[in-house]
Amino acid sequence: MKAYLILADGHVFTGESFGAIKETICEWVFNTSMTGYTEILTDPSYAGQGVVMTYPLIGNYGVSYKDEECGLPYVEGFVVHELSRLSSHFNMNMSLNDYMIENDIPGIQGVDTRAVTRIIREKGYINGMITTRDYDVEDVLERIINYHPHDLVKRCTCHVPYKLGEGSLRVALYDYGMKRSIANELVKRQCEVTILPADTSAQTIINGHFDGVMLSNGPGDPADNEDIIMELKILKASGIPIFAICLGHQMMALAHDMTTSPMHFGHHGANHPVRDLTTNRIYISTQNHNYMIDASSINKTDASIWFENVNDGTVEGLKYLHEPIMTVQFHPEAHAGPLDTSFLFDEFIHMMEEYKDAKKT
Amino acid sequence: MPKRHDIHKVLVIGSGPIIIGQAAEFDYAGTQACRALKEEGIEVVLVNSNPATIMTDKDVADHVYIEPLTVESLTMIIDHERPDSILPTLGGQNGLNLTLALEDAGVLLQYHVKTIGTDTATIRQAEDRELFKELMESINEPIAPSLSVEHVEDALEFAHAIGYPVVVRPAYTLGGTGGGIAHDDQSLHDICSNGLRLSRVNQCLIEKSIAGWKEIEYEVMRDHNGNCITVCNMENIDPVGIHTGDSIVVAPSQTLGDYDYQMLRHAAFNIISALGIEGGCNVQYALDPQSLEYCVIEVNPRVSRSSALASKATGYPIARLAAKIALGYTLDEIKNAITNKTYASFEPALDYVVVKIPKWPFDKFYDASRQLGTQMKATGEVMAICDNFEGALMKALRSLEQNINYLYKKDLSQDSPDELRRKLTHTDDQRLFVIAEALRHHISMREIQELTKIDIWFIDKIRHLVEIESRLRNGPLTPELLLEAKIREFPDCVISELTHMDEKSIRQMRIDNQITASFRPVDTCAAEFAAETPYFYSMYNGEQEASANNKKTVMVLGSGPIRIGQGIEFDFCSVHCVWALKEAGYDTIIVNNNPETVSTDFDVADRLYFEPLTREDVQSIVDIEHPDGAIVQFGGQTAIKLTKDLMEMGVPILGTSPDDVDAAEDRERFDDILERCHIDRPHGQTVFTVDEALSAAHDLGYPVLVRPSYVLGGAGMEIALNDDDIVKFIGHINEDYQEHPILVDKYLPGKECEVDAICDGHGILIPGIMEHVERAGVHSGDSISVYPPQKIKQTIKSQIVDYTDRLAKALHVVGLINIQFIVYDDQVYVIEVNPRSSRTIPYISKVTGVPLVKVATKVIMGESITDQGYHYGILPEKETIAIKMPVFSFEKITGADISLGPEMKSTGEVLGISRDFNTALYKAFEGTGLPISQKENIIVTIRDSAKEEFLPIARKYYEYGYHLYATKGTCDYLKANGIKSHQVNRMNESSPTLIDLMLSNTIDLVIDMPSRDNNFKDGFTIRRFAVEAGIPIYTSLDTANALINCLTRHKDKPDIIDIATL
Repeated sequence: MKAYLILADGHVFTGESFGAIKETICEWVFNTSMTGYTEILTDPSYAGQGVVMTYPLIGNYGVSYKDEECGLPYVEGFVVHELSRLSSHFNMNMSLNDYMIENDIPGIQGVDTRAVTRIIREKGYINGMITTRDYDVEDVLERIINYHPHDLVKRCTCHVPYKLGEGSLRVALYDYGMKRSIANELVKRQCEVTILPADTSAQTIINGHFDGVMLSNGPGDPADNEDIIMELKILKASGIPIFAICLGHQMMALAHDMTTSPMHFGHHGANHPVRDLTTNRIYISTQNHNYMIDASSINKTDASIWFENVNDGTVEGLKYLHEPIMTVQFHPEAHAGPLDTSFLFDEFIHMMEEYKDAKKT
Repeated sequence: MPKRHDIHKVLVIGSGPIIIGQAAEFDYAGTQACRALKEEGIEVVLVNSNPATIMTDKDVADHVYIEPLTVESLTMIIDHERPDSILPTLGGQNGLNLTLALEDAGVLLQYHVKTIGTDTATIRQAEDRELFKELMESINEPIAPSLSVEHVEDALEFAHAIGYPVVVRPAYTLGGTGGGIAHDDQSLHDICSNGLRLSRVNQCLIEKSIAGWKEIEYEVMRDHNGNCITVCNMENIDPVGIHTGDSIVVAPSQTLGDYDYQMLRHAAFNIISALGIEGGCNVQYALDPQSLEYCVIEVNPRVSRSSALASKATGYPIARLAAKIALGYTLDEIKNAITNKTYASFEPALDYVVVKIPKWPFDKFYDASRQLGTQMKATGEVMAICDNFEGALMKALRSLEQNINYLYKKDLSQDSPDELRRKLTHTDDQRLFVIAEALRHHISMREIQELTKIDIWFIDKIRHLVEIESRLRNGPLTPELLLEAKIREFPDCVISELTHMDEKSIRQMRIDNQITASFRPVDTCAAEFAAETPYFYSMYNGEQEASANNKKTVMVLGSGPIRIGQGIEFDFCSVHCVWALKEAGYDTIIVNNNPETVSTDFDVADRLYFEPLTREDVQSIVDIEHPDGAIVQFGGQTAIKLTKDLMEMGVPILGTSPDDVDAAEDRERFDDILERCHIDRPHGQTVFTVDEALSAAHDLGYPVLVRPSYVLGGAGMEIALNDDDIVKFIGHINEDYQEHPILVDKYLPGKECEVDAICDGHGILIPGIMEHVERAGVHSGDSISVYPPQKIKQTIKSQIVDYTDRLAKALHVVGLINIQFIVYDDQVYVIEVNPRSSRTIPYISKVTGVPLVKVATKVIMGESITDQGYHYGILPEKETIAIKMPVFSFEKITGADISLGPEMKSTGEVLGISRDFNTALYKAFEGTGLPISQKENIIVTIRDSAKEEFLPIARKYYEYGYHLYATKGTCDYLKANGIKSHQVNRMNESSPTLIDLMLSNTIDLVIDMPSRDNNFKDGFTIRRFAVEAGIPIYTSLDTANALINCLTRHKDKPDIIDIATL
């Protein structure tokens, strides 16, 4: 069956439908990772968005449940150049096509994904519709242009708290649309992780006597989450060590009265170099964000830039000067992507241990 | 961190002659690195024994020494030049080994030369099997259970402990020389004893076989700050067990999930960090297809064949970066030259697929075993880029220039399913075709996977191609089907063959339906940033990103994969042609498909099209670029073959007109020209059939030379002594070259000479005459070549110059011409005229100081020779004597006969250069790697007809102090003539035989004059044995004579010459 990707600028790309047959309007971004489509599909940060994969051959190794970053994918649509005819991997549970049908994600294959990417590169991330209906473009353009994502964090967060792992360090992990790998990294380091809904109050956490707080990644514009930011303002003053990733990083900045703004087409891929300004070391990181912290809004007495993007100089991480808080824009939990910055979780463990020791004395 | 301030003058060691396992990739890497160094104001001293390389140009380095790669000559150069640093990681295994040897000899310490980039301790740790194993254990990186042994007994004992099969890897050899997989005691004994002999340190690693696992490679970079990045990873389609150089390789990996990919990437970082590498490094893994278990196979702490491939596959210039890192830069300080926006500290994102297929020499050595294993056999490789795997595979296939354009071989189509199953288990170069045929015979993909251990994902891709093929066969050819076939890169000629429509109507149908090739850039970033460097590949059904510009544009066609007879020298010519055109203000396009070369570096031409060199692929480029002309005379036979097609496309051929090229190739037209010029050639006839050949031979009288027309490198050429030979040779020729006539010529055993000249239509420029040491009958590419000539008279030289002038003018040559002469009984005969660049161009350019390609290119573009400051005629002879000597790779090609003849067999060459003839000769022998006499025993086996001529040579060896061993006939003859010699038994006689003697490890040299009679098979075995035992062997008396002469007469303290001063 034919399927179409209709972009808000009037471009139409035709291909073959795969996955679920479903019409969706969402924001479209491209991702340059060459492996890891399962992790990308299941990264809740993509809620409200569709993804165009720049690597042309997708589905080669099928889908393994082990690679899922959450139980329920939030990606709105998936556009690939060529869906593999056959999948081959000892670990696979099913083909990508079957997985997308099972999870109600519409896809198009046979699209000139490089052409779509070049449009997004020029125009920035863009609204678009994926459909199997042969519309007159003019009829749907307004609907496409007017699409605005909303309540994204609310859609992705868990509704009740739950625990993972065992150990001496007790971590509260805010789920704003969390990738499982973040929890896994903590569990791997002998933490007892309590995953909490996004609307959990700061006081609940303070009362819970946790050794540290982890703020997860998540979808959308950080500034949309005013309630959460209010709670973070309370939490940041609590003295509890905080480590934040991606959306968490952005919201923590907003809680410190910094500002964020949308990027042209964001960073979505597994090859982004970041520089640790304290050591001058470069790490390759996974990134997935359309918003960034405005460097000019950083009050130098509150926080210092810790990581910066080597390519475009954008802020990639902050260390707060008066509070035990460190935040990064990229994804040290990897999956998909390089494992280069997993040491940040060790640093967080260290922060929590120091805090715990200080509490004792 | 800024650039280091203690580096001013750097010594760069090249990799030496082209041999199997060490080809043009090191010229590419070395050239790129030298240019990166010079860009930083560093003075570069370059040493390489290989004169055909671009790196040994004075444009590339400040001081150039074409000297043997030995500790002695390097010491002299260091003493003379006093570099402060040495960069060891650019010259392949040779470069590493030599640096270690220089350190061991105390030379680096004595002259205060520091190693930059990766240091010697790291090299030792990566190269020494035992140290490497310890390091891997200390960082918990798994390696296959293994043991280093120095005795065969220990190998056997270990094999019994871990179980067969085991892999034998000799330490410090390249391309896996001498290695293999042993399945039992006998094979282990054979492989291991041979491997120990070939290892520089008499050491072999015995390892549990992990054959059948996936073979995955990572190319990684690290700087002194500890920053690491992955340039790309690659997956060998062929599983572990076939050398990676002989594997079909795809980049990036296709069957690895992100978990697997990152696991191995992370391991690579652990390894290079533990080793402390500063520069580029290659890590090879075996990955169990059924689990996450992996092991590290090998680490190469240097640029390599794989790094060249990775550079071309991604647009990331590894060697350039390695050089900058060596100077103290960190990855984030170096700009990505392709995007000019990002830095070197990022990882390329590909939005296409790259496939590499090796080029094997089995068409040259039809008797050789085609079996592939841990010993590399390919001489070169091709790479293709496409937006899909099938397309990349199809493009690579036709880039090999074997007249095979899809996965079909007629001789396999007759096989029964069982025969195919048998062949599937047999790992040879035919595999891809066998799999396709098996699929046509409905053998299941699972079964094929079981038998070949190739991942089913790849088998399905082959099946996809077979399916499209069958749909094309069954028709009808709809526009949809045509588009599908083009997306998977079925060329029009194949679609025509399958649909029985003519090729022109298929092209028309494509045009009518807008099914034309689009070009996309290799941009390192999957379109995330706008790229500035135009490096293109074609695909169908996508946006067109290439466009012509308004400048005068010239297209230069490259020479494709490195093969015997068409090697690196044509890349030298193509690159220099492009440089000359740029200098003259033209916009340049290069088309080529060889990832190992300088010509396919993204910043050589203004635009690079990485494409197969076929009519249709070139047409697609012409359709976009509309070049003002094309130059074909520098790209070897590959480019010449496209002449007619280019003309039909309306592209003017610049330089000598195609009609005149044809006149030189066409026997009758050429005979007319010779007659008009009053020049003789050996008498001959053109024939098509065996009967015609026999009658021609009888007319001319034996011996006669038999060869197909329109070939390079003497392919298929043989000397026939009798009727049986004729029948046999014509049969061989007709297998491969049916369309063209066969030439039968009288064979004259005279002295061979050669000239390369430039003609501008008014006069010629000859930089010098080259004289061959071996008499006519040995292919010029396999002969020792001497400049200036030592043994021909002035009158003959003048006659050669005169003939060259007459022929160049008669053929209306504009550009280069190469002519080969025979001097026999003081008569000069012409044997071959090639109105194009030749194998000797780099060599003669360097030793005479005349940049032939540059001058010729400018002549082609309209400047005369005199405009460029040269005089017509021959240049005065230099005082420096330069001797080019061929280098062979026989030990790599099991079953190949090594005796020399009219068909070229060498893979590379070295140069010996000195003011003294015998010293130059001695250096050339040294450069070929000949271990100059220690043990002083030689074996001689001489056919009866040559015994008399051999006598004075034998006497010289004897008087020099050699002990001569010979079988009864030769021994009696020598004794009867007063030369003491020892008799040994023939192979079929009782021990000790010749073979036992060779195995005893006491023989320095074998001189074998092959006979064609009943002893031929014996001789063959002796020759193979010598080669496989690593004993030097010569099959021409002229070579043997030259060797003993220079051994006795060379100067003890040789001179060294910076050829940049010539």
